[in-house]
Amino acid sequence: MRAFALALLMAAPAFAAEEAPPGASTCLGCHSPVRADAAIPPLRGRDAAAVAAAMREFREGTRPATLMDRLARGFTEEESQAIAAWIVR
Amino acid sequence: MKATRRALAALLLPAPVFAQARPRVVVVGGGFGGATAARSLHRAGIATTLVEASATYTACPFSNAVIAGLRGMAAQRFGYDALRAEGITVVHQRATGVDATARRVTLVDGTTLPFDRALLSPGIEIRFDGLPGYDEAAAEVMPHAWQAGPQTELLAAQLRDMPDGGTVVMVVPPNPYRCPPGPYERASLIAHFLKSRKPRSKLLVLDAKDVFSKQRLFEAAWASLYPDTLEYVPLAMGGRVTEVDPKSRRVTTDFGTQDGAVVNVIPPQRAGAIAQLAGVADRSGWCPVDPASFESRLVPGVHVIGDAIIAGAMPKSAFAANAQARVAAAAMVALLAGRAVQAPKLLNTCYSLVAPEYGISVAGVYQPANGLLTDVSGAGGTSPLEAPAGVRAAEARYAEDWFATITADVFG
Ligand SMILES: Cc1cc2nc3c(=O)[nH]c(=O)nc-3n(C[C@H](O)[C@H](O)[C@H](O)COP(=O)(O)OP(=O)(O)OC[C@H]3O[C@@H](n4cnc5c(N)ncnc54)[C@H](O)[C@@H]3O)c2cc1C
Repeated sequence: MRAFALALLMAAPAFAAEEAPPGASTCLGCHSPVRADAAIPPLRGRDAAAVAAAMREFREGTRPATLMDRLARGFTEEESQAIAAWIVR
Repeated sequence: MKATRRALAALLLPAPVFAQARPRVVVVGGGFGGATAARSLHRAGIATTLVEASATYTACPFSNAVIAGLRGMAAQRFGYDALRAEGITVVHQRATGVDATARRVTLVDGTTLPFDRALLSPGIEIRFDGLPGYDEAAAEVMPHAWQAGPQTELLAAQLRDMPDGGTVVMVVPPNPYRCPPGPYERASLIAHFLKSRKPRSKLLVLDAKDVFSKQRLFEAAWASLYPDTLEYVPLAMGGRVTEVDPKSRRVTTDFGTQDGAVVNVIPPQRAGAIAQLAGVADRSGWCPVDPASFESRLVPGVHVIGDAIIAGAMPKSAFAANAQARVAAAAMVALLAGRAVQAPKLLNTCYSLVAPEYGISVAGVYQPANGLLTDVSGAGGTSPLEAPAGVRAAEARYAEDWFATITADVFG
């Protein structure tokens, strides 16, 4: 437990200093990290690689979408991966 | 465990992040923009005070459904207890001044609140000098319902009480104004109300423009759902209203006059009054800002977000205000810590209901270019013009879901 608290202490400043990559924080307008009953899928706790792959498929138009295709086209592969890594935390 | 980690992190954060004392930010306006910003700043370790005139926030998104009798007003109301519980200082007073040199905000009771940086998200003010005949008294007869609250309930009651067979008149302003697709969603839902409850009545929409958001989708839906109820008159066909008369509920256009059983006037707008008082609004009535940091171009140290700003391609929406709040808060944290502001990207999504279970959307991705927020090319756009009913129903469901998520994010 003490080691755990210490790890927290050391991790804390990095957590604060670490800014969301471009675009990422604004995903939270729809993808709730807290609502359990959401129709729009929450992304916290998902696999980052799977989220990035979904973004790629939306961008390429190979995954059915109502809206995510239009948003995913605004990001490169690299940006999508950074967003995916951030949003699953 | 995750929650514990976050709670602990929040406690532990402030000290190590900033070299000197904990920086102070005063946020004016606790709507979609300001309340989001206050939370983001607080969670990054900033000593945050939120100044909001009203103890209860009444949300505009979905207020068109209230007007059309599809939803209760209670679902639009939110409070600030969760923000207080989190440790944000919430002051329910009107801010009357922002002194960027002395770095303090003045409240109506004379209290001053010192800040290292300030953020304003005051929303809009109705321009009661913007349309001849339309003053505050006229708004009690011909409601705008463009700031949710008593105005929303007044328009809903007028529609409910009007005799069948009357004409409802909607007056739509030129750009820019809060929520570009909002008037057309409202027209759709009023038409739905009339068609199902007062079928001999008509809706006449008088518009000061020829082109509007999601136009082809709205027009296609109107043609199929409300052909005998809704008549749309664009600028080119004499839609511009030049004067209104509350005594006779009459509106005057370039081409003639029209009386309404109910008249909904959406008047011209400008940034909330504190923007003028703080000196962050220009002669247009809106606020020029840096598109990466949202710092005022007129008053350094004061950031402005939401409906109040000149945002280029980004519309005046709750989604946009929430997105700008997060980006502005991150920029303010960086500036307060002596770091550079990163080039952001921002999203927007606006859903509109054209009928229950019939939703359409417009989305965009934005980035700074030439001093404004501009569309990332290749991204964004509207729902398809042709789509099965299942897609429209899914978008209506996502619209509700978006509202639940964003209000939980901002006030929950
Ligand atoms: C009919 C309608 C439908 C809409 N539908 C949608 C939708 O579906 N999706 C969407 O994204 N957007 C929608 N919008 C737009 C959305 O409501 C606004 O874009 C959003 O509220 C803007 O947020 P804001 O923070 O800029 O301003 P606001 O939400 O208006 O918040 C401003 C706050 O500041 C406070 N304030 C102002 N001045 C002071 C002062 N001097 N001191 C203290 N407090 C002050 C006010 O009391 C208010 O609470 C709709 C709008 C309308 C009218």
